[in-house]
Amino acid sequence: MSHLLEVRDAAKSFGGVVANENISIDVPEGKIIGLIGPNGSGKTTLFNSIVGYHPIDSGSIKFSGKELTQLRVPQIARMGLLRTFQQTRIYGGMNCVQNLMISTPTRNESLRAMFRPIPPEVTEQAEELLEFVGLYNKRWLLAGDLSFGQQKLLEFAMALMNKPKMLLLDEPTAGINPTLINGIIDRLKLANAELGITLLVIEHNMRVIMNLAEHIYCLAHGQLLAEGVPKDIQHDQRVIDAYLGAN
Amino acid sequence: MNSSLKTLLSIGLGLFILTAPLLFPNYQTQLAVLWLMVLLALTWDIMGGQMGYNSFGNIVYFGVGMYTTAVIQRGLFFNVDEYASMAGGTESQLSLLDYLLSLGLGLASGALLCVVLAVVLGAGILGLRGHYFAICTLGLGIAAGEIASGWDFLGAGSGLVTPLFPETFFGRGIFFYYFFLILAAVSFVVLRYLYSERFGLAINAVRDDEDKAESMGLYTTRYKTIAWSVAAVFLALAGGAYGNLIGFIDPMDVAFAGPTLGVWMVLMAILGGKGTLWGPVIGATIFHITQELFWTYLLGWQRVALGLLIIIIVVFFPRGILGWIREQWPERFGQQVDGEEQR
Repeated sequence: MSHLLEVRDAAKSFGGVVANENISIDVPEGKIIGLIGPNGSGKTTLFNSIVGYHPIDSGSIKFSGKELTQLRVPQIARMGLLRTFQQTRIYGGMNCVQNLMISTPTRNESLRAMFRPIPPEVTEQAEELLEFVGLYNKRWLLAGDLSFGQQKLLEFAMALMNKPKMLLLDEPTAGINPTLINGIIDRLKLANAELGITLLVIEHNMRVIMNLAEHIYCLAHGQLLAEGVPKDIQHDQRVIDAYLGAN
Repeated sequence: MNSSLKTLLSIGLGLFILTAPLLFPNYQTQLAVLWLMVLLALTWDIMGGQMGYNSFGNIVYFGVGMYTTAVIQRGLFFNVDEYASMAGGTESQLSLLDYLLSLGLGLASGALLCVVLAVVLGAGILGLRGHYFAICTLGLGIAAGEIASGWDFLGAGSGLVTPLFPETFFGRGIFFYYFFLILAAVSFVVLRYLYSERFGLAINAVRDDEDKAESMGLYTTRYKTIAWSVAAVFLALAGGAYGNLIGFIDPMDVAFAGPTLGVWMVLMAILGGKGTLWGPVIGATIFHITQELFWTYLLGWQRVALGLLIIIIVVFFPRGILGWIREQWPERFGQQVDGEEQR
């Protein structure tokens, strides 16, 4: 069985600090996969390695059968592998609609397209997506003036605007009001089911990740500790020890 | 303000701009320089305001354009090397046609050379960010001035004299007033178009968060290089014409005038409001007029007054005049919470 994303024996250390060691994960196409682990266990480092922020020391990362380890961040993004950030990143000086309009796919952007006016379909699509994440009536506000939670939603909409094949989400519900969290889970599931976007989600909120993911990988101290369906992970003694501490 | 009064005002202002050099013949050069200032501020704002790359080296293109134009103008009719070594000893008059042809050819070559230069320099330094980019461009400007002052072919430190403006029914002042007016207007229109579509959004995205723009797959390097090249073209054209307007190219004070024009272009854009289309225009106008008033009425203290003005700008209007207005009345700029219910 071929996987959309295959990480094999990835290792990364920063000086003497081993952030990732022999990590292998598979993400099949069309699925929602979870990635959990205590703070400092190397989840974000793994994300950064996958999207090309830093080279890995050894191992291989393949996306749709292509090796990613030698590619740079924008090249990987153009292949349809996108990530969102734990510390939300949006274009603060532009309004929400503009934030989405500049997030269209750039896979085959020609030099001439850079100087063409923005087609009306793009504006329409931007407004539809803003409605989808519930920011429609804030669309003319500067993105920098939105609350943190709203910025997370905007960043999610920007990612969807790019029509990725796969999306890496770094704590999509951190810092978000509990009543909004259900809305986010629904939207993530919708994006997966209707738009066919494969998701790999880092999450600390267990209720969210157990609800969302079909398969979960758990990291601890830079190593893969356990993997399995949510039910198994919940009852895995090693995972419980990693989170709560063992004697 | 009602609309008919607005139309009347804009027609009046338009007529004034078109006839100003005829109404005030003594100020023709100053008025021409006003449009040069507008152009400098506008082109600086492409990088500094819209893209968030504070360049102190844009003056390089101004100077390179100026020297290229002068050399071509000379080279068509004289031996440049010989000419430069005589430091303007063999002044002779060109016919109007010869003058315009050589000027046109010189400007075109200057613009072309500057685009090439922008692409080459850009490949090297547009990867730098923030302070590092600012310092590097500052160095570029100084280095260019030093090279020009040491290069005998260009007259080295004693400068280069540009061809005399031919005697016709209109003077040099009038010709260059309209030249700079048209150049500033064209750059304004081109920038308005560029900012209104994808290019504008892309460089704004680079300004707000370049890492995010890269992680969204944007071709950031391409956009940055294009932005710098656009600035380079207009600066080269302006520089070539300015050399001819002044009549004498001094490497440090006219061509690569970093401490004056090079800093002023930054100040004017910030005064008017960087990152806006009209800001640099307003800033340049106010700056140039106040500066000339200082020279006229506060002679001896003009630099002090200018320094004070700069401090006042930075302390009280850190976001510029238009930026300040935008903060006061954001709804005028299209930012609003939409009252209508969710669709």
